[in-house]
Amino acid sequence: MIQVTNLKKSFGSLQVLKGIDVHIHEKEVVVVIGPSGSGKSTFLRCLNLLEDFDEGDIVVDGFHLKDPKTDLNKVREEVGMVFQRFNLFPHMTVLDNITLAPMKVRKWSKEKATEKAMQLLAKVGLQDKAHVYPDSLSGGQAQRVAIARALAMEPKVMLFDEPTSALDPEMVGEVLAVMKQLAKEGMTMVVVTHEMGFAREVGDRVLFMDGGVIVEEGTPQQIFDTPQHERTKSFLSKVL
Amino acid sequence: MDFRFSIIVEYAPFFLKGVLWTIGLSLVGIFFGTILGLAIGLGKMVQNRLVRLPFDWYVHFFRGTPLFVQILLIHFGVMPIFTAQPNPLVSGAISLSLNAAAYIAEIFRAGIQSIDRGQMEAARSLGMTHVQAMRYIILPQAIKRMIPPLGNEFIVLIKDSSLAAIIAAPELMYWGRAMQGQYYRVWEPYLTVALIYLVLTLSLSKLLHRLERRYDA
Ligand SMILES: Nc1ncnc2c1ncn2[C@@H]1O[C@H](COP(=O)(O)OP(=O)(O)O)[C@@H](O)[C@H]1O
Ligand SMILES: [Mg+2]
Repeated sequence: MIQVTNLKKSFGSLQVLKGIDVHIHEKEVVVVIGPSGSGKSTFLRCLNLLEDFDEGDIVVDGFHLKDPKTDLNKVREEVGMVFQRFNLFPHMTVLDNITLAPMKVRKWSKEKATEKAMQLLAKVGLQDKAHVYPDSLSGGQAQRVAIARALAMEPKVMLFDEPTSALDPEMVGEVLAVMKQLAKEGMTMVVVTHEMGFAREVGDRVLFMDGGVIVEEGTPQQIFDTPQHERTKSFLSKVL
Repeated sequence: MDFRFSIIVEYAPFFLKGVLWTIGLSLVGIFFGTILGLAIGLGKMVQNRLVRLPFDWYVHFFRGTPLFVQILLIHFGVMPIFTAQPNPLVSGAISLSLNAAAYIAEIFRAGIQSIDRGQMEAARSLGMTHVQAMRYIILPQAIKRMIPPLGNEFIVLIKDSSLAAIIAAPELMYWGRAMQGQYYRVWEPYLTVALIYLVLTLSLSKLLHRLERRYDA
């Protein structure tokens, strides 16, 4: 589904990604962990080209991102993204937040988009919030709407960048529950998170990033129970 | 102090005409200033530095020099290129529009740049093009934030249009000076004129306040 080869990226003179190689398979849930500043967000944002990259290649669903003939908007239609800070559109109701892109990008009719949106709102447990504005939602509700908004485009892959980090602790569970459900339904997911419980339970594979490289990768059992590298061990000893 | 109300009454019809021109000049200024300002604001946001340069310097010039000087340059320098007898009202309207455009370009740019980067990213991540994201996500939010400073610019225009008196555009201040010249009186003309400007700006500011409140609801 996503093939990343020798990915390198710098901000000015600071090299943030120093050669990332990873293959993400269909229906796989890949969890990315690592200390702050290690390049996790940048890596994720390269996957839908919110950040341009300098070297290497990324192939998403058959599209080479660096190929000038690739229509990046088409790629982004297939790759949903959920942000730490939700980024809901504050001037639109919850329903309009969800239906806008399917209508304008996928050219769905209003009826079709609304029906899909209501299904998704039911799925994330927020049917009754369709007609309110985002600022009246709690953090957990806002993030569930953001997930529904991304799903409305019927993407093939979902990227999550620390989706629970901006939430009050009591709201983390409701968002993780939605993500677990999504994983169970077979969505391909790349999740940057500090929720180690989620990583262990839902992840098919865990990548540990530090200093712009993938230091270690393996099943959750391998990474959490028998980490091989010193850096992995010392990171895990701080967060577990 | 004797205050001769009779000469104010005598000048009332002129003040009325003057007020109408003052309002007219300000309306023209805010209207064309907004259209031109949007274009210049967009030009200032272009990535390419060379393309951006003329827009940057437009804003530098009109914000960095006195409107008074601009009016003189336009009326006595630029307009005669096009017409043998420049109309002072036209020169005044053009000066005010060009000047307002520079300020409005900045209002526009600041409004757009005040929108959180995450909004554009969210829109793009959903597959929207840059133009779609601007149209449906960024501009609707930015315009709401632009309304108060635009209203403020309108108030500034009402006051600054008085500078057109120097080229004999028959707006409010022109008639104040005419009355002063005729009677050699200070308080009657200038206090009357000041009071009328005050009424204009205060009413407009009240109106804008109401508009803002309605928009917020
Ligand atoms: N737009 C940017 N401009 C400059 N530096 C950036 C930018 N985005 C991220 N960085 C830097 O890149 C490094 C990696 O950031 P990030 O990918 O956000 O790490 P993480 O998500 O693992 O915390 C950090 O040192 C950060 O300061
Ligand atoms: Mg991050």
